[in-house]
Amino acid sequence: MHKKPLSKQIYDARWCYLFVLPCSILTGMFVIYPIGMSWYFSLLDWSGFTKEAKFIGLQNYYEAVNDEFFWDAFIRSFIFMFGTVPIKIVLGFIIAVFLNNQVLKLAPFFRTVIFMPVVTAIAIIGIVMTFVFSPFNGPANKFLMSTNLTSAPIDFLGNPDTVLPTVMGVYVWKWLGITMMYWLAALQTVPQDVYDAAKIDGAEGYRLWIHIILPIVLPFAIVIILVEAVGALNVFPLIETMTAGGPFFSSEVMEIYIFRTAFVTDSGTMPRLGYACAAGVFWGVAVLFITVLQGLWMRKTRRI
Amino acid sequence: MSRYLNFIAEKNQVKYLIITIAFIIFSFFWIYPLLWVLSASFKTDFEIWGGLGLIPDRLVWENFERAWFGANMGRYFFNTLIITVVSVIIVVVTTGMFGYVIGRYSFPGKKILIGILISTIFIPQGYTIIPVFDLLNNLNISKNLIGLTLATAGHTPVIYILLFAGYFSRVPVELEEAAKMDGAGFVRTFISIMLPLTKPVVATVSILQVLHAWNDFLLPVVITLGNPDIRTLSVGVYAFKGEYFVDWSGMAAASVITILPIIILFLFMQKYFVEGVQGAVKG
Repeated sequence: MHKKPLSKQIYDARWCYLFVLPCSILTGMFVIYPIGMSWYFSLLDWSGFTKEAKFIGLQNYYEAVNDEFFWDAFIRSFIFMFGTVPIKIVLGFIIAVFLNNQVLKLAPFFRTVIFMPVVTAIAIIGIVMTFVFSPFNGPANKFLMSTNLTSAPIDFLGNPDTVLPTVMGVYVWKWLGITMMYWLAALQTVPQDVYDAAKIDGAEGYRLWIHIILPIVLPFAIVIILVEAVGALNVFPLIETMTAGGPFFSSEVMEIYIFRTAFVTDSGTMPRLGYACAAGVFWGVAVLFITVLQGLWMRKTRRI
Repeated sequence: MSRYLNFIAEKNQVKYLIITIAFIIFSFFWIYPLLWVLSASFKTDFEIWGGLGLIPDRLVWENFERAWFGANMGRYFFNTLIITVVSVIIVVVTTGMFGYVIGRYSFPGKKILIGILISTIFIPQGYTIIPVFDLLNNLNISKNLIGLTLATAGHTPVIYILLFAGYFSRVPVELEEAAKMDGAGFVRTFISIMLPLTKPVVATVSILQVLHAWNDFLLPVVITLGNPDIRTLSVGVYAFKGEYFVDWSGMAAASVITILPIIILFLFMQKYFVEGVQGAVKG
């Protein structure tokens, strides 16, 4: 059978095109078009609220890479990633291993409890946590003082030294349930006879884990790390509602920086959407770069 | 089928008990902040900062009254509800259609389409937010719920498409051929044969979208900057914090109004939440 001409193929598939159209329009409007436009906006000197916009070439980029606050926020985003992802991966794995025991009668209950913060609105978590960590009789400080772990209240969110670790802790708490679910899914793929065979061979404890189970779940681990790493770079709602980047910009990550330069400027200065877009593009490219790197790593490992 | 490694032996009662008790204590600390805000919503301001106890002296329902009417949470509740329901319908219909075609047919341009979609998976929301804001302004739909709803439905639902495509691709061809013999066309086959088969995926996708729409923050906070009337609950509570800074109990009540519906939904439909979340790494 020889191949049909392209026009005939397209005509035969007319229903297919009709079916992909609605979703394509939406994605085009709210994902593809914005990606393209943010490149263009980044070349403008534009406040966003007037029609006046001046084309200034790469000047916004030049200004961004020379801005100390930009690099501080950039680096802080990665500190946030490296500080939270390994903890989530390891802790999530340990919990999943325990909850994967059929014998543990309360496992479904524990799973529900640990997953609960995941479904809770992130902005609300941020706001509630400003109460929980309040230095004025907040429950966290009350607990620490009543158990004599500290003698004076700690200003968790008001001190530049403690603010980032606190926000990172809350982030881990909020999303650990997802990591646990990923790991549970991975552990479920280990065939039962692998366990049984291992037991007969006398592989117990850490040897069973290192030599038999880890190699099986490793491909999952790489996907989990990728998803988690990108997730940890998107933390706008939590930080905006907990600290808005403060105190003194000490918890300002990249997304807060973009939001601040675009919408929440100091009194007397105009918002600068063009500049914020340049910062956003720079950031988007950096995230893409990491994703691609990890993707390559994933392919390499899978081949082995 | 589920597979388990039972390294806690049933006969080892002591080890079993220790692990169970450790998890109970851990669970209590884990859930404490949520219980704390629930209990704070029924307390007086004075009582909130008084101690660590969770049981209020008496239930102060006025907190909810102040939040619902005074802080406009009632209005925000219905805004959020409309955005969530409509965006779920849009997302299920559009990604369902897309996934069906991708999962079962091949046509010129299919690979390019999939390639474009996949490449947008990891685009950060912060990267697209400014043009989206500008686009809604230009279309004149930034001042009502239409714009916010459309933008909420239009975030990259690649994972939904993959869930649908995967499911549809496993439906046996015979079903489709039987429908064709009966004279059913493309659309009728989809609606009367295929769609009813995918109820589990529809449920999973709906739940994921409910979670996304109800809890989203960056998009609504930017779109509603100049329009307090179309705020969602999350944005409303955030604004509440700025405006009535001293009304702690009212704010706790507003928070509970926001999070309780989703938590209840989660408790009843846990299976679909789990499937949706795990679909991301299984795919």
